[in-house]
Amino acid sequence: MATSSVSKGCFVFKPSSKKRKRVPRVEDYFTEGNDDAKSAKLRFNICQELWEKIKSDTETLQEELNKKTLDSLLELIRKCASGFQLKANDWAGLMRASEIPTAALVLGVNVPDHDVTFQGLSELLQQSVTPFVVSVQAKECTALKHLMQKVLERIMGVDVPLNEEDEGQSGSCSVPGNRKRARCSLSSLCEWYQMAVKKFAARSPGKKCSSLGKDVLPYPPVVIIFKDLEAFSPRVLQDFILICSRYIQQLPLMFIFGIATSPSTIQHMLPHSVSSLLCIELFQSLSCTQHLATVIDQLVLTPKFPFKLTGKVLQVLVSIFLYHDFSVRNFIKGLQLALVEHFHSQPLSVLCCCKKEAVDHAQQFIHQDVERVRQLPSFMRYVENQDAEEQVKLLTNDDHVKEVCQKLIKNLRKYHKNYHPVLRCLHSLTSSLPKYPLGKQVRELHISCLEKNIWETEEYNTAMQLLRMLAKDELVAALQNCADLLRPAKSEKMKEALQQLEDYITKFDKLDQLSSEDLMEEEVTSPGKDLQKKTDLFQLQKTLLEMRESRRSKKMTPFEVLRNQVLDIVDQLVRTYLIPPETQPMNEVCYYSSSGVLRRHLNATPRTSIQTALSHPYYYLQHEGLQTDTGSISNTAPDICVVYKLHLECGRLINLFDWLEAYCTVVSAAEGKDPDSPDYGKVDELKHARFIQAVSELEFVGFVKSTKQKTDHVARLTWGGC
Amino acid sequence: MPLQLQHEGYSEEKLGLLAEKITCRETQASTLLALLGEPDHYTYPSIFIYGHHASGKSHVTECIMKELELPHVTVSCVECVSAGLLFEQVVMGLYGSEATALLPRSSSILDFVRVYKQLSSQEPSYQTRYIILDRAQLLRDMEANLLPGFLRLQELVDDNVTVIFLSEIVWDKFRPSTGCFEPVVLHFPDYNKGELHQILTLDSHPSYSPELYSSFINIMLGVFYSVCRDLRELRHLAALNFSKFCEPLERGEVKETDTHKLWKNIEPHLKKAMQTVYLREVSSVQWEEQQQKEEKEAGALKGLSAYAHVELPYYSKFLLIAAYLASYNPARTDRRFFLKHHGKLKKTNFMKKHEKTSNHLLGPKPFPLDRLLAIFYSVVDNRVAPTASVFSQISSLVTLQLLTQVGHDDQLDAPKYKCAVSLDFIQAIARTLSFDIVRYLYDFL
Repeated sequence: MATSSVSKGCFVFKPSSKKRKRVPRVEDYFTEGNDDAKSAKLRFNICQELWEKIKSDTETLQEELNKKTLDSLLELIRKCASGFQLKANDWAGLMRASEIPTAALVLGVNVPDHDVTFQGLSELLQQSVTPFVVSVQAKECTALKHLMQKVLERIMGVDVPLNEEDEGQSGSCSVPGNRKRARCSLSSLCEWYQMAVKKFAARSPGKKCSSLGKDVLPYPPVVIIFKDLEAFSPRVLQDFILICSRYIQQLPLMFIFGIATSPSTIQHMLPHSVSSLLCIELFQSLSCTQHLATVIDQLVLTPKFPFKLTGKVLQVLVSIFLYHDFSVRNFIKGLQLALVEHFHSQPLSVLCCCKKEAVDHAQQFIHQDVERVRQLPSFMRYVENQDAEEQVKLLTNDDHVKEVCQKLIKNLRKYHKNYHPVLRCLHSLTSSLPKYPLGKQVRELHISCLEKNIWETEEYNTAMQLLRMLAKDELVAALQNCADLLRPAKSEKMKEALQQLEDYITKFDKLDQLSSEDLMEEEVTSPGKDLQKKTDLFQLQKTLLEMRESRRSKKMTPFEVLRNQVLDIVDQLVRTYLIPPETQPMNEVCYYSSSGVLRRHLNATPRTSIQTALSHPYYYLQHEGLQTDTGSISNTAPDICVVYKLHLECGRLINLFDWLEAYCTVVSAAEGKDPDSPDYGKVDELKHARFIQAVSELEFVGFVKSTKQKTDHVARLTWGGC
Repeated sequence: MPLQLQHEGYSEEKLGLLAEKITCRETQASTLLALLGEPDHYTYPSIFIYGHHASGKSHVTECIMKELELPHVTVSCVECVSAGLLFEQVVMGLYGSEATALLPRSSSILDFVRVYKQLSSQEPSYQTRYIILDRAQLLRDMEANLLPGFLRLQELVDDNVTVIFLSEIVWDKFRPSTGCFEPVVLHFPDYNKGELHQILTLDSHPSYSPELYSSFINIMLGVFYSVCRDLRELRHLAALNFSKFCEPLERGEVKETDTHKLWKNIEPHLKKAMQTVYLREVSSVQWEEQQQKEEKEAGALKGLSAYAHVELPYYSKFLLIAAYLASYNPARTDRRFFLKHHGKLKKTNFMKKHEKTSNHLLGPKPFPLDRLLAIFYSVVDNRVAPTASVFSQISSLVTLQLLTQVGHDDQLDAPKYKCAVSLDFIQAIARTLSFDIVRYLYDFL
């Protein structure tokens, strides 16, 4: 910044208030880099709206899923709390060692998901059972005093200083007389609890105790939730339990252990003398795979949300779940990322909203948007299939395109309305077949339907063959299931299909009355008799073939006829409605397809990136001088790349001096020195310093480390050569 | 009662009351009383009492203090997360809660001695004051000067005070290397069967005759005495099972005197209790609920250790398998298991002497991260990109305590791990992947 001063010196410039940087909002990030700000804003709003809806849906879903476990847990807590007083009168209660009621809540290894569960649990507890709920995590409780401090602080809502550490931070408060803050021990909690209960009891009869449910307990329990039991140090936990057991007579304590692996961890962590102080009851939550299945069912396999994923993207998300983390939360995050990416990168995603709005938006298209529509591969295919006159119209007349757009969007919606019920039908029919030819889960079937024509696959044909062999009661039950699945569907086509299926079900029922008569008529010819006469192998084969022919042509029983008819209908439904979305014009509007982007973001490979950067600096730096043939490296590359390349040629231990010499040779070549001159490749101070810096950078990135095995050597930390 | 408590300092009446309360511990109590002397006598500075869990140490000391109305304070060391808290409790117990204000925050033993001196000069007492430190074994983990300081507290504060240590560990394990004042050591032996019976019979049920309860205790001890001598635990078990014992009486099928029938009724039940509720496989509440149900339904209850199965993501399973193989196979054998053309390997020639013992007997060995990954990549069928989540799975396996990290130096470059799961567990995991782990284990070659 310029000054009017003539002398040299330091000048202070206060930032002018006008120029103060505006803190960018989320929206600004979204519209940044997009030329059309208005449409970007619109898309952002649609995206937000959709996400809010998805989010609230998943939340309610999760609540429902956990409800059963949490309800039984609450029941236990209530029971224990009300039993707290009774114990004193009962003989057995008096004699029994007073154990701390403990709920072991097995939640599975998907630790990131647990937070939601615990949040819900503690809210539920606070609403209906007790105001005194505290949850602790292992990482904040490395020592007993920290655990104690956290528990006290969170229940009592006051600052509990630990003697040593807080001294420095709160110098003024450490005057000995000023002892407002509680001591860090359970006895102070006990005193506090007695006071609180009294206050509580005095207050509640006067007011209506709506805030705490109907049945307010006289002694609400103090519930301590250990979120991740495995990560706690056993020593800390043991001591804490020992202390608590001393106060259980005065303080109705309760523990909830959040367990990720299996309940036997409790026995591994606590010796018998400690675990005998607990009265452990087990609660098992829903397995995460079931959880995911429900989430996919509600979010992906539904026509409710206009936003869709292609098979590949869904595959990426599901495989991250199954192979890596089992975390439903991460799956939903991935879905969110896909959603944002879709709305960010696809300008036409303005049409990806509910029908009415989409039609409106299409109406307001400007020329640029229309051009974009014309560029869509699916639209181009659509145009090609039209007759010549229509083609010309589509390519020249913007208004016509807008109209066609609206029509196509409506068609796409209809397609979805029919697709999902039929998908579910097919799944319910095939999911009980042996060996699951079309997959156990709906999502597997969905993915294969998204990718190709399902009826052309081998698996579909086997499934159909197996279906054609089903016995009557199984078939009728399966059809009944299908009909149930079709019933909620609203579209005309589905209603028709439902009608057809129901007709067949009644026909099957009627068959029962007919069948007894029919069976009588059927002639009983056993072909086995003829077989015995044939001795010649060729003859035998021939007869067998004939028999097969005759059996095929043989008159089928009425049941078989019906069965074939109904399955033909199913087959027809599949062929009509389960066509892959790629064939639908304008599908790009709703379908997010860049699985690569998603994979890069969700399942990053930091090591590969570093190696790419080091071995192909051009990839990141985009400097012409760095472009080389594959494998070799330009000698003008950054020092660290040269050093890295040279180190690949070494064994496990690298001699630093040899390395330095090699480096100097390479760098000298880059300087364009004459190879014959005497100081070519000589080590000067500058090169030495550059080399040292490069090596320490390489050490920082983690490819080499210093070693004590040999002087002047460093050890390689990666294996494999150039 | 063979041994009467006698002491000239206290009235007969009080001693009688005391003797009633401390069944089977008369010898120890009288020794202790002799040590304590009359109230105004200077007592030996420190007394160390040790004995197993539930052998009446605290009970006897506490009873003597209470019945004879001696000034005392009892502090459980497990509760004192810092020494300051311990001092605070002692001062509070002896001089009231106002006195604690004198102690500075984060006080050391020096502060404590100073404050104590000040307080004792303000409120002199002609009686001996007693400081009882329960679970004194934890004092060893606190500051080094704490234990020696308490041992000669009488000398330090120049007051008539005695510290009584209660511990489950013998005195030899306490003695600091720098030496210290030696306390008087008093041992409380375990109760024998007769004594246990005598004590347990004291809590007879009000609505049944003491004889019936005594016979019940007799039966129960017959079953449990061989595995458990912990009084507290036995009492708990007795309370849990007594209602079942009384069931035939309630129904009027058996008379109280018919001990054989009662025994027949309860014995299988107690045996089952030993396997479940005693080990805390089944909680006591569940056990009681189960007792109320019919016989047919019982047995459905599964213990805690029955749920050993753990769901893991696909790659985590393979990582765990790789970790197991790395932990239990010698590193030199990796060539043989994971290379295609490894040549023959004869076990006898190949092995070094120490490798002849089974690796499974020796327990898991630490292995570096790169060996784990090398085995992992050769075990997984398809190509796996070295993504961040593969590495984060290793650390989540550590937090789940399926792997443990070994050593503390060089955590960034070359961390070392150990596999902490059992063979059964890993076999169950391998089965879900249809991976034959036994074929890859050197011990089972």
